[in-house]
Amino acid sequence: MSDDGASDRVAAAFADGPAFVPYLAVGDPDYESSLAYVEALAEGGADVIELGLPFSEPIAEGPTIQNAVVRALESGMTPTRFFEFVEEVDVDVPLVCMTYYNLIYQYGESEARSVSDASSAERSSANSRAAKPRDDGEERPASKGPRPFVEKAASVGISGFVVPDLPAEEAGPLREACDEFGLHLISIVAPTTDEERLDQLVEVSSGYLYVQARLGVTGASSSVSDRTGESLARLSDVDLPKAVGFGISSGEQAATIVEAGADGIIVGSALVDIVAEGHERDEPTEETAARLETKARELKQGAVDGYGRRTPAPEGTSD
Amino acid sequence: MSSEGERSEASDRAGSKATRENGRDGGDGDHVSAGDGKFGRYGGQYVPEALMPAIGELTDAYERYVLNNEGGFMDEFRRRIREFGGRPTPLQRADRLSERYDTEVYLKREDLLHGGAHKLNNALGQVLLAKYMGKERIIAETGAGQHGTATAMAAAHLDMPCEVYMGERDINRQRPNVFRMKINGSAVTPVTTGRGTLKEAISETMRDWATNVEDTHYVIGSVVGPHPFPRMVRDFQSLISEEAREQIVDRTGALPDSVVACAGGGSNTMGTFHNFIGDEAVDLFAVEAGGSSLAVDAEEGVAPNSASLSTGSEGVLHGARTKLLQDHDGQIVESHSVSSGLDYAGVGPELAHLVDEGRVTPVNVDDDAALEGFHRLSQEEGIIPALETAHAFGYLHEHHDELGDVTVINVSGRGDKDLDTAIEETTKRDIPNAPDMSMFEGGLR
Repeated sequence: MSDDGASDRVAAAFADGPAFVPYLAVGDPDYESSLAYVEALAEGGADVIELGLPFSEPIAEGPTIQNAVVRALESGMTPTRFFEFVEEVDVDVPLVCMTYYNLIYQYGESEARSVSDASSAERSSANSRAAKPRDDGEERPASKGPRPFVEKAASVGISGFVVPDLPAEEAGPLREACDEFGLHLISIVAPTTDEERLDQLVEVSSGYLYVQARLGVTGASSSVSDRTGESLARLSDVDLPKAVGFGISSGEQAATIVEAGADGIIVGSALVDIVAEGHERDEPTEETAARLETKARELKQGAVDGYGRRTPAPEGTSD
Repeated sequence: MSSEGERSEASDRAGSKATRENGRDGGDGDHVSAGDGKFGRYGGQYVPEALMPAIGELTDAYERYVLNNEGGFMDEFRRRIREFGGRPTPLQRADRLSERYDTEVYLKREDLLHGGAHKLNNALGQVLLAKYMGKERIIAETGAGQHGTATAMAAAHLDMPCEVYMGERDINRQRPNVFRMKINGSAVTPVTTGRGTLKEAISETMRDWATNVEDTHYVIGSVVGPHPFPRMVRDFQSLISEEAREQIVDRTGALPDSVVACAGGGSNTMGTFHNFIGDEAVDLFAVEAGGSSLAVDAEEGVAPNSASLSTGSEGVLHGARTKLLQDHDGQIVESHSVSSGLDYAGVGPELAHLVDEGRVTPVNVDDDAALEGFHRLSQEEGIIPALETAHAFGYLHEHHDELGDVTVINVSGRGDKDLDTAIEETTKRDIPNAPDMSMFEGGLR
């Protein structure tokens, strides 16, 4: 990873035509394969990559990504391994960390709480917690909060965060830490988000907006919601790129979404499906990686085609 | 809106005696506000954006109908919980236990509420609220099946379609409740992710809600989840302590020295404690499931207990910041208890706050002590308690000399649903005060 300013890199990714933003769960099905898969996506034309840091209770995910999270956790993925992964992965596009708030919130605590040296602290602290006697509630860790996680993420080259269980109401501390370290906080805009909430949400957002194409959880679907165009129209005044996700699985769908005005497309489950298939078939990593790259090309090309279909001459925030 | 006189009536109606100060919006004196959903450092609204408008709508409805009795909502709720639910439930002196422990033991008989547990207080309240809100469908999660059963009954009573998510493992542990839900006309959907218990069922119900949020209300079964659920569920459940406080004073002429309730998510706990919180002299004990051990195996991601108040640490799960059983990274660990109703890695944020404040004392008893409590109450008082409830009696047995002269224990539910588990676990563990169960080997069916 290069260590250029995160802000500029994300803006640049949306600057020339529509951005293709794929998602994979890091460590699915194992660390090494996952490196190859993320690199394949970059090879296939990804402009930004969303890297999922798996959390045990992924309440916003459909079955495809839930299963990916289980595989990744079983393979030993942790926040510490995740940061190692980000440092090691050989791609030249901005990387966004997608995870749930509790992992961000807990990160600094183990070090702060440990009594011994920092490297062995993480393992031992869990045990000492169980043994820790409690009485008057006086002992409160003061160090919990998003700052240590954000600081670490910035140091390994992460450009921003998507946190599905963190609405604008609770985003203050993370936004503050992101500002301090020059990272983006990308907010999800739902079909149910009204104008008032939209203003509140834009207030804490940067990088791009993750426009949820339909209600529900993540997952590929054969049809793209009609509400996408509606959502994009509502967002036309917002001065951030709009990337649409939830349910996109083909180049043709990507084209439709971009034609409708999206500045980018986010694709997760359709790619995770390929990883899952490869895993089930015991396919060599290179074959799965090659299929991912092919799918990435299809999606990227779809986005480009959709852009070309826009009438009249496309303009807006992506230029 | 309403007069000064009605103001205290409204707040009493919501059972908010102890929290008047944080229930006020401060501005005009006669309107009770839903507040910001924070209990000290706990609470909040950590949910996907798609749900936030629905949660805002619910907060508004809670404030209007529950806190301010708009449209006579609370009058209707109180009428229905009386006529359909059988409130008030009695407060009964436990003669043999009082003698055994040389302390006055009073039982708040929530097991006699329709459905056999305190759960109906909340379920009926929320399903009725959903109706007032114009929602067309009810969803709920359930662990032991008591909340699912109560919600299914309330939905049938109020003519609302209902779907209940239940972990596959819990479905196997609690078959009678599964049948009851189905007989009441609800769909029961097994949840197969994870270990298939309450935690997974909650996650899956949240996913359904995120998909069908526009016409569906999610009846959360405990004082957990995003604001306004912890406060709203507590208010519906606080009928327990509203009655118990009056009953014990009528009966003994004074407040009790202690109040004891089992604690999983904490809805019977908060309901039983709420109206006593302002009574500083009354000790409040929340009895958690100690399971087989209080240690957490972080490497395996397992806590063989459900004692999040006693051993957990602060984190964010299922919409709220609260105390959780988690590993050092923040991954939620698998909890355990012989009672599925207590088997949850989190706890209500208000309860976590009251523990930090020192107002509530978290204690726990292990599986064996709970089973002993189950048999003791059955044999000595003729009341077969739920295994959840049995934890409170396990605690009474071990610590009766710390409870003062008069104690009130909430009998949160009856044990009919637990007979198979009780037979199996009793035989397996060799519980000293249990009858010979060998004739039931292989279960009841």
